[in-house]
Amino acid sequence: MIARLRRTMLFVPGNNPAMVKDAHIYGSDSIIFDLEDSVSPGEKDAARLLVRCSLEALDYGRTERVVRPNALDTPWAVADIQAMVAAGIDVVRLPKTETPGDIRQLEELVAEAERTSGRPAGSVRLMAALESPLAVINAYEIAKASPRMVAIALSAEDYVTCLKTTRSREGVELAEARGRIVIAAKAAGLMAIDTVFSDVADEEGFAREVALVKQMGFDGKSVINPNQIPVVHAAYLPRKEEVLKARRILQAAEEAEARGSGVTSLDGKMIDKPIVERARRVLELAGEA
Amino acid sequence: MEIIKIGMAGTLESCDASVLVEPPGEGAPGLSLEIQCPDRRFAGHVERAVREALAEAGVASARVSVRDRSALDCTIRARVLAACNRASGKATS
Amino acid sequence: MMRKNLLRREIPEGMRPFEGAWSRDPGASRKLLSAGRPSKLLGSIEEAIRKSGLESGMTVSFHHHFREGDIVVNLVMEAVARLGLRDLTLASSSLTNVHAPLKDLCARGVIRRIYTSGLRGDLAEAVSRGLMDVPVVIHSHGGRARALLEGSLKPDVAFLGVPSCDRAGNARGWTGKSACGSLGYAMVDARVARSVVLLTDGLEEYPAVPASIGQDLVDWIVPVEAVGDPKRISAGATRMTRDPRELLIARRVVDAMEAAGVIREGFSFQTGSGGSSLAAVRFLRDRMLDLGVRASFALGGITSQTVKMHEEGLVGALFDVQSFDMEAGRSLGVNANHFEVDASFYANPGVRGSAVNLLDAVVLSALEVDTDFNVNVITGSDGVIRGASGGHCDTAAGSALTIVVAPLTRGRTASIVPSVDTIVTPGETVDLVVTDRGTAVNPRRPDLREALVKGGLALVDIEELAALAERITGRPDPVAHTDRIVGIVEYRDGTVIDVIRQIRE
Repeated sequence: MIARLRRTMLFVPGNNPAMVKDAHIYGSDSIIFDLEDSVSPGEKDAARLLVRCSLEALDYGRTERVVRPNALDTPWAVADIQAMVAAGIDVVRLPKTETPGDIRQLEELVAEAERTSGRPAGSVRLMAALESPLAVINAYEIAKASPRMVAIALSAEDYVTCLKTTRSREGVELAEARGRIVIAAKAAGLMAIDTVFSDVADEEGFAREVALVKQMGFDGKSVINPNQIPVVHAAYLPRKEEVLKARRILQAAEEAEARGSGVTSLDGKMIDKPIVERARRVLELAGEA
Repeated sequence: MEIIKIGMAGTLESCDASVLVEPPGEGAPGLSLEIQCPDRRFAGHVERAVREALAEAGVASARVSVRDRSALDCTIRARVLAACNRASGKATS
Repeated sequence: MMRKNLLRREIPEGMRPFEGAWSRDPGASRKLLSAGRPSKLLGSIEEAIRKSGLESGMTVSFHHHFREGDIVVNLVMEAVARLGLRDLTLASSSLTNVHAPLKDLCARGVIRRIYTSGLRGDLAEAVSRGLMDVPVVIHSHGGRARALLEGSLKPDVAFLGVPSCDRAGNARGWTGKSACGSLGYAMVDARVARSVVLLTDGLEEYPAVPASIGQDLVDWIVPVEAVGDPKRISAGATRMTRDPRELLIARRVVDAMEAAGVIREGFSFQTGSGGSSLAAVRFLRDRMLDLGVRASFALGGITSQTVKMHEEGLVGALFDVQSFDMEAGRSLGVNANHFEVDASFYANPGVRGSAVNLLDAVVLSALEVDTDFNVNVITGSDGVIRGASGGHCDTAAGSALTIVVAPLTRGRTASIVPSVDTIVTPGETVDLVVTDRGTAVNPRRPDLREALVKGGLALVDIEELAALAERITGRPDPVAHTDRIVGIVEYRDGTVIDVIRQIRE
């Protein structure tokens, strides 16, 4: 089974009806309905209701619907999770995840919410946002903390503040965290998602950062403005030669299967399962799934 | 749900609706609605959505004022429910 | 039989004898001026109205090159009202929000009929509610040029505001404090009106040439304080939108143009002034650079974006009927291949080959499009007039590829509908509709469909788009109209394509 793409995860302020209703038209792979940092304390209840009613009424097509609830140590977290699970959310992305215990606690809340709302157990997946040095140190344990986990993400703002430094254009202060998160994610079999790029007007800087994190092994990036989406998708678009080769690999694999043969070769090289998987992934990135 | 004070939710931004829910007037029990809609073609829809949300919240007696800015039905439902919660003192925020 | 003239020469009977070098000929349609260099300069608008011979019941014409900064129409019509004239036909190339004061003049009977490309604001709303006894006539830029040149619309007096002119009447628009760039719409009026009055706030030394309107067409000149408000005539440069939805649509437009094979060496294009259309110019430029292609010309309303491409060498010539910003005006004044064209050259269907016929692609906006691809650019879905016919139906008919853009919904209003409120451009001239939720090809163009599919574009049926729009917004209650007709919408050939009915309160 192919894991779904998460090249772009678009943050949408949960209390903004205009953005909430149109979030999916820009073609991002996922939408993150935010109930946390973009919603003021006095509006947490209204945002929760708005996202819930929108999820229940609107068709978001094939876009993955993610929610960022308030952190577990706030008075709103439990109500957020209950409401979002009941409304049909696909993934819960927990902010300020520090320890595997946080994920286990989240899992319990989600499982309970699935029960009370009649959703199949395990249908809601989890993501962890890592926002502190301790979180980065615990990245692998956090990633392994639940079979529901699909990705871990870097959230740079708070992380950099904890480091007592500032964000720079070259991002050297994030290099270690990025490296560790990619390693932890891949070791645990999860996706690694990079942090947001706030300067929406700096198209060149954004493109550079996307190229960098893609090369490092990140599967995608959180974005805050729809204009950033095509840039990321273009960066992840395989080159024509890769696509042609991938088609040939899949064709060879299909022919082998039809013959009842377990393995086959192409251009003198053996085609085994990982190679076929990679070829499938290339075609998915090229939009030929 | 009983409405015991003024509760407001939503804004006047495009695609939103500003909803005010307050206790019924003296000697005027039941629901009294005042709805401002920028597009007459949807005035009926907005009123229907407001009434359905009030019924969902179990509010049978209140004064409700809605200033619509071309909100979809689901947004109206959300804003009415939020205003009712706030007007009943149930909101946790 | 012979007779003698003033110089005692014999001339045949039945011919007009010479009666002196500076005699007046009452039979001529233009008065012969007496000797010397009589001044055309007048001290007031009232004097100009009198001298022009304007009387109640006649037709006056204006242009709209000053857009929302126009001062001329209101100024002149107030003077006309003060002089007690009534029942006039107002024929302006368009009217905007700033012309709201005309509402009062209409109500008082000073203005009895209106011919215009568009109406906005208070005046438009009042017309929608039944202000005029006689329906207003909405015509396109090309249609207006046709009507003027064939004589079915006959201005008695044209009052033309010009940013710069000399005392003989040579006038142009790219210089002066109220500079507006091209005077393309005014140029036709100057040719056909019985009397031409220029109003100017930029009187220059003689000769002010090159000129858009020649001194030979001008009867009177009235210097005034201001013909336009520079802050509202136009922006310095038209900025590209950052709205993600408009950018999304713009990208899809250029993808479609490329797949359709339009972007090739020597092609031509025109874009409207809406957000997506302008953004498309920027993406088009990038694609042209990628493909190493240059355009032969760009037409229409010219903006700074198009000027930039011209000055970069990506577009050979600019044919400018209206300069949308100061940059375009500047370029018109200095670039040899930036040409001012009049409305007839631009879009007149009654001449053998106006410029729109040579367009390879045009990108137009819309208030509504229906499942037959008919386009409404004049009334909102609530039935109120709020737009302009403009060059829409002209360019749609002339261009080889016509692309109409619109967001699927604006707030709770669907742009793609089963049937538009008012048809301005007929569906048979529209090839492609690009929205933020999908692109639809007119079934009349199977060749285009094939090319787009081959180019990897995802297409949807227009019925699906209309259904999706309705699912999102809910089905609206129908707009209540009365039976009374308040507007006649003319197609570019003068036939009536639709009517606008009064909205019911």
